[in-house]
Amino acid sequence: MVNYLLRRLGYAIIMVVLVSFVSFVIIKLPPGDFLTQKLAQLQARGDRSAENQIAEYRAKYGLDRPFMVQYTTWAVNFLKGDFGESFEYERPVKDLLGQRLGMTVILALATLIITWVIAIPLGVYSAIKQYSLGDQVITTISFIGLGMPGFLLALLILYVAIIILNQDVLGLFSKEYVDAPWSFGRVIDLLKHLWIPALISAVTGTGGLIRIMRGNLLETLGQPFVEAARARGLKNSQVIWKHAVRIAINPLIVILGSEALPGIIGGGALVSIVLNLPTIGPLFVDSLRKLDMYMAGTCIVFFTILLLVGNLLSDLLLAWADPRIRLD
Amino acid sequence: MNDVLIDVKDLHVEFDVRAGIVKAVDGLDLTIRRGQTVGVIGESGCGKSVTARAILRMVPKPGKVTSGQVMYYRKAKKGKKHLKDEVLDITQLPPDGEIIRQIRGGEIGMIFQEPMSSLTPVYTAGTHINEALSLHRLIPLQKVGDQMAEAITTYRTVTKDEAREIAIDMLRKVGIPKPTERVDSYPHQLSGGQRQRVMIAIALSCEPEMLIADEPTTALDVSIEAQILDVMRDLQRTANMAIMFITHNLGVVAEMAEEMVVMYMGKQVERAKTVDLFYDPKHPYTQALLKSIPKVGKRSNERLATIEGMVPDPFHLPTGCVFHPRCPMFMPGKCDKITPTYKQIGENHWASCLLYEDV
Amino acid sequence: MVAKAGTRREVKAKQVSQSYLSLVWWKFKKNRVAVFGGIILILMYFCMCIIPEFIAPYDLEHSTNFPEARPQTIRFIDAQGKFSIQPFVYGLDKKIDEKLRKRVFVENTSVKYPISLFVKGDKYKLLGFIPGDIHLFGIRNAQKDQYVFIMGTDSLGRDFFSRIIFGGRLSLLIGLIGQVLTLLFGSVLGAVSGYYGGAVDMFVQRFTEFLSAFPDIPLFMALAAAIPKYWSPIAVYFMLTIILAFVRWGGLARQVRGLILSLREREYVLAAKSAGASDARLMFQHLLPGTVSHIIVIATLSIPGMILAETSLSWLGLGLRAPLTSWGVLLQEAGTVYAIRFTPWQLWTVIFILIAIMAYNMLGDGLRDAMDPYGGR
Repeated sequence: MVNYLLRRLGYAIIMVVLVSFVSFVIIKLPPGDFLTQKLAQLQARGDRSAENQIAEYRAKYGLDRPFMVQYTTWAVNFLKGDFGESFEYERPVKDLLGQRLGMTVILALATLIITWVIAIPLGVYSAIKQYSLGDQVITTISFIGLGMPGFLLALLILYVAIIILNQDVLGLFSKEYVDAPWSFGRVIDLLKHLWIPALISAVTGTGGLIRIMRGNLLETLGQPFVEAARARGLKNSQVIWKHAVRIAINPLIVILGSEALPGIIGGGALVSIVLNLPTIGPLFVDSLRKLDMYMAGTCIVFFTILLLVGNLLSDLLLAWADPRIRLD
Repeated sequence: MNDVLIDVKDLHVEFDVRAGIVKAVDGLDLTIRRGQTVGVIGESGCGKSVTARAILRMVPKPGKVTSGQVMYYRKAKKGKKHLKDEVLDITQLPPDGEIIRQIRGGEIGMIFQEPMSSLTPVYTAGTHINEALSLHRLIPLQKVGDQMAEAITTYRTVTKDEAREIAIDMLRKVGIPKPTERVDSYPHQLSGGQRQRVMIAIALSCEPEMLIADEPTTALDVSIEAQILDVMRDLQRTANMAIMFITHNLGVVAEMAEEMVVMYMGKQVERAKTVDLFYDPKHPYTQALLKSIPKVGKRSNERLATIEGMVPDPFHLPTGCVFHPRCPMFMPGKCDKITPTYKQIGENHWASCLLYEDV
Repeated sequence: MVAKAGTRREVKAKQVSQSYLSLVWWKFKKNRVAVFGGIILILMYFCMCIIPEFIAPYDLEHSTNFPEARPQTIRFIDAQGKFSIQPFVYGLDKKIDEKLRKRVFVENTSVKYPISLFVKGDKYKLLGFIPGDIHLFGIRNAQKDQYVFIMGTDSLGRDFFSRIIFGGRLSLLIGLIGQVLTLLFGSVLGAVSGYYGGAVDMFVQRFTEFLSAFPDIPLFMALAAAIPKYWSPIAVYFMLTIILAFVRWGGLARQVRGLILSLREREYVLAAKSAGASDARLMFQHLLPGTVSHIIVIATLSIPGMILAETSLSWLGLGLRAPLTSWGVLLQEAGTVYAIRFTPWQLWTVIFILIAIMAYNMLGDGLRDAMDPYGGR
């Protein structure tokens, strides 16, 4: 077990290093950088001292040095907890992300919870009442959900909110709580706003999960151990939940780490952009557009870490849930 | 001797599938007495397993009992939840009701063909036995209310520690080595033979009146098969329970059963003492079945007898006697017109064949 | 002698696959939802990729004096209650909306423009070489400022319906082309990896693992952002397609590899091997065909993901840019709070995207069921 964890940790570290390097390369790929863009802007405005000013910046951020030096400097500082500075905001990336990391994780968790809380019971119902009216309704809904990408749904919801309800669902807080310090009222306010974006981000995943749950359970219900449990005198509900669902749910734990989480991270970012939520997503897209490279690189590394941690957790969860899986 | 436990009367089970209706069980009569071992044999698909499931009121979808009865002569017994003798028609019980759930596992145990997958993979052997015990086994408390005419005994369900003790004891009885360790083993850590032993332990832990064994050794090696059969025989002797032993293996059933029922296409075609059936089979189908067993000592270049023709299409059953297209004794004009009745043709010997009817 | 035996075996294999295909087709035809999805897709691809110039009433860049006009209602009954079998729309009048403090267009019920089929309009060249000027519908002999905008206009007064039709061309094609590239990358590398094993397998495996360590949407975004802004639109389009395929091939390669691994041990492959078939022959003649049905299903079900990736990237300003027009580019303008408040009809794009995605899902789902003709149901 300890061996396994150490190996996974080593693997994760290698991955993060590789990902950070490759992202750095990708971000540096486009010709020019943030400062050349800025220079062009300043010159367009007729600023004569622009060139000197930019050269100063260039020296300050080390952008005049060779690529490898830039990367290693950034990587070494990263380990020390210094992620570089955002050119755009002229503030440390750490501060900017720190403000939003919590919300990003909360939104992802909320999405995950909503997905499972909706999908598992519906999938189970659909399977045990196969071909019934309820099953057909659920199957249809899950099918539509599967083809309903979060950000498009968010746009449609925005339309409904603005045009029909004449109110906005933007943001995670009401006006009076946006900059307020944490308090009980603020938490309640957050929950009031959080469920809409979380639900929107959850729709695609829920649709998929319902279908997978239904399929798995149908397969499991045909297994001899289900009949054996019934022959032992268990109630139907016990047979289904304690024996069939308990087995059918295991493959979902794998999907949780390998497919659901990346979807939630990426999809959540898009939904956040539509609904203007204070998560890392909008910051990241903006930094890509503006070639704000330390910001963009740090965001990718954070997404990757989130994904790797999620994967590890889901593997541990599976090993805990299924005695046939051994971690070594 | 005439202590009937299960009496199946004119049972019909149909499967309504898209291509039509399959009569899986078509007018079956079957009596099982207390402590008796009855072998039910027949080809795959002849309705043996469906009959067993009908007795437990758990015919799988889309199957349905369309008519007939399964009478269960229930007796009050110490340590069981019911308190009086009664006769129940199992086909009329609610399929997920209290009574049938007491019967399943508690009074009629069942073991299955696929020991490899009959245990839920995430639970230990002990957990499985515990589950059955907590449902069915009661421990008597001290007597109360002596002043009343009849002593009322109160019971409680087993505790976890007691269940574990019983589980270990049961595992020992079915011949699992190191039961104190094995009780905590997960199914994937057990061999096929061990899993079937665990299944037997689960079924017998609640001291049922009857055990239904649905091809319990088909999936096992021959040497393991012999061991499992031994275990079952030993336990039956000590527990005095009935066994309904379903198989397509004539050798196995000869070893286990006192009486045998031969089924063909959802109907019983012959019933007799095992010895009689083997030495003096009356029905042409039984005769053909017996001829198809390879025998030691015969000249090896002789071809094994097979039953002519194919099992009929279940959607289009032959008229008259369902066996007539394959029957070597086929009587034209009779067998394809008249449906034979199931009647006694000798001492403890029944058959349904026009050869033994005056028509 | 050997060759003869080979051909005979092939003939037999063909017969088997024939009957398999006919079974698949038979099962697919019975699935009405899947057939419906397929028909929708054929219609969409035909109308938007082959003859968009004919379907769209106006040219992609045809700007008018009616910016941000709301869709005209197609009517059969006029203000006087008179019914005509030929549908018509009312003309548009400019007006200042006091409340919104914005110029808007309102219907002028005294001017009727009847809508006709097959009318002369903007000149075009179908598929780049078939000249024509007939459009599916429009106003016959339209004078200046006589237009029909069934889905309104954008900020430059361009007919939005026409733009959606033209936008569909790029979006639908990027899904298809991107998927074909993914298939090429994925199935060839997956097959090679599964068949040869060893170092090749190791390398491909590690690489797909590395790709999967990236969260895919952020990776798309970063790669798309790296496309130089001064590239020609066509170059950007192809680069984006390649990026989509590049990020996506890993999953497919892994699935193909798994299938090949299981097939490699099957009897018919061992038989072919012992008959002395070469590696390439084995792989392309015997192994890949065995995985084709799975690949088709996976491919169909992942095209929507491709279309969505293009759409979302372009919407974010990281993918295609004007003057290219795709659904994502249209969303750039439509997807802002301002646009939703003042020109909500631009969200028609979303509806079209959803229809395409649903149709692909229906088709893919039906194919998956049909490809397993012996399986349940």
